[in-house]
Amino acid sequence: MTQLIIDGKITTSDDQEILPLEEFLASGDKSTGVWLDAHEEVETLSDFIGKIPVVALNFPTFADGRAYSSANLLRRHYGFDGELRAIGDVRIDQFEQMARCGFNAFELADGQNAQQAIERMQGFPVSYQHTVDRSPLFRQR
Amino acid sequence: MYVYDEIDQKMVDQRVAQFRDQTNRFLAGELPADEFQHLRLRNGLYIQRLAPMLRIAVPYGMLSSTQLRKLAHITRQFDRGYAHLTTRQNIQLNWPKLEEVPDILEELASVEMHAIQTSGNCIRNITSDQFAGVAVDEIEDSRPWAEIIRQWSTFHPEFNWLPRKFKIAVTGAEKDRAAVQVHDIGVRISRDAGITQFEILVGGGLGRTPVIGPVIKQGLEPKHLLTYLEAILRVYNRYGRRDNKYKARIKILVRAMTPEVFAEKVETEWNNIKDGEATLTQSEIDRVKGHFTAPDYEELEDLVPDIDDRITDNSGFSDWLQQNVKSHKQSGYSIVNLALKTTGTPPGDVTDEQLELIADLADKFSFGEVRITHEQNITLADVPKKDLHSVWLALVDADLASPNLGLLTDIICCPGGDYCSLANAKSIPVAEAIQRKFDDLDYLHDLGELDLNISGCMNACGHHHVGNIGILGVDKKGQEFYQVSIGGSGYEDATLAKILGPSFAQDEIPDVVQKLVDVHLKNRQGQERFVDTYRRIGIEPFKKSVYSS
Repeated sequence: MTQLIIDGKITTSDDQEILPLEEFLASGDKSTGVWLDAHEEVETLSDFIGKIPVVALNFPTFADGRAYSSANLLRRHYGFDGELRAIGDVRIDQFEQMARCGFNAFELADGQNAQQAIERMQGFPVSYQHTVDRSPLFRQR
Repeated sequence: MYVYDEIDQKMVDQRVAQFRDQTNRFLAGELPADEFQHLRLRNGLYIQRLAPMLRIAVPYGMLSSTQLRKLAHITRQFDRGYAHLTTRQNIQLNWPKLEEVPDILEELASVEMHAIQTSGNCIRNITSDQFAGVAVDEIEDSRPWAEIIRQWSTFHPEFNWLPRKFKIAVTGAEKDRAAVQVHDIGVRISRDAGITQFEILVGGGLGRTPVIGPVIKQGLEPKHLLTYLEAILRVYNRYGRRDNKYKARIKILVRAMTPEVFAEKVETEWNNIKDGEATLTQSEIDRVKGHFTAPDYEELEDLVPDIDDRITDNSGFSDWLQQNVKSHKQSGYSIVNLALKTTGTPPGDVTDEQLELIADLADKFSFGEVRITHEQNITLADVPKKDLHSVWLALVDADLASPNLGLLTDIICCPGGDYCSLANAKSIPVAEAIQRKFDDLDYLHDLGELDLNISGCMNACGHHHVGNIGILGVDKKGQEFYQVSIGGSGYEDATLAKILGPSFAQDEIPDVVQKLVDVHLKNRQGQERFVDTYRRIGIEPFKKSVYSS
């Protein structure tokens, strides 16, 4: 059973419809969710940002970092405020980075421990960079 | 130098705890090996040929005497009593135990050190000019900017899983001692009408495909440094190749797009974030610069008769003065360089006792600080001229006074096949054989400045592409062979060396080097350097001499 964490809560059921990008773009209805593979560009969603309830970004492997940039662009450049879900090879040691780039939902890879994931979500309480959730540290020093 | 505040310290402490947890989970079988590999690499821990290897970060090469003593202690307690200095100004331990690494990290954190991002496909240690702050040809101290970039790149959540490793170097002097043209990003500080600005180079590098990095931005205002770097990294993270690790460095992307198109892409991305929150504030620039103010120099005479007169007296001291001591921008002070290139010791290796002696000398004569250089040497940057003889005597006792800085035997050399699991061939014995052959100091002085660089494989950790003479270990049907190239330079006149021809067996290399320098000696005009002779007469005379039997 797929383990899903949304806004810090563990759930297993999810009836959200999420279409692959190509189908989503072809469909007249833009109120479904959409998922993008790592090489697919978030720019393709720019006209529908306000309508989409869920954008899911795929991690083909945990070592593929493209979705972090996609997430960052969606949140910071396009102002997307719906659910941003990490899917694919989503492992707990990357949770903190994902959260700081704007993901708020996580579909865990097989074998990952959801409880441990939530504990790690907070990650480091301090960090240097400007990210979705924080101003750069130098502005607070 | 930069001193941590509570937040910097907390960040490093947290990483120690996190890494301990990751190590424990791996040892307990809860963390799969493939995942732990990536996590440990991001903390500088490799599994090598004989043992794990831990690479410790030394930001832009700066170390305090306290840190040196801690390193000496760590090599004794957890390793075999020596450390190795790398070509990225870092320090490696060759024999740590995997399960003790968290304890080593805890020891390091107690002196504001760490191993964060010294490996893995992320932004690596920021390197710079070992003479920053004291060089006579300095435009502006590069260290504050290197530190600002270090902080920005540490645990950057968006850029921790790049297509490949990413190296940034900063220089602020006329002479480029940081090799910025062969880095993923090179930052060159200049002044226009007294105003600081940056020139940004992207896509240089060594390795399998050596490239001199093109300039993609001129006249960048300092406050925009981080947003501009962020834009470069974002373009690379999104579009760099991930299907083939040999084509994944940013240089391949820049070349495929062309530098012009790459620069446009960066500009577009930059315009989205420019002047945003990540724009540097003057108070932050001032805060960091405040850590790199000049030490408390005394008013000293620049002329020190019993030192200045020794320059030509043909004693060991005068050789050392002439070769290893460089001019300082402060009157009465000198820059002292310890060439860790004594024959019989692997280039860049330093023992626990030597580390402690260097720490003592730093405390007594150089304001308690040293720098590691990318040539795998150590610099005492602020030594009063009047104390040079005392410093030399102490260095002689510790076997640290090798007077060959910048000469043929000051060889840059990777650990090679003796340690590294990537290597195709050994490199340390080749360096030693060359050092043994060229043991006449007068001859070496006469030969003049000559960079000889050795890498045990095409990953090029020994920077063979930018050696005046570069030696590369290759594998030919299971045998170790060596390809020789000449004419490279890693400085402001950066040039990639050209391959001479078919490769050689290990025992042929010293004679090949002899033939190459013979061609130089026969053809040089005046005191021309090897590389200048080569540039004037071309590769043919060298080829002819080496391959005609």
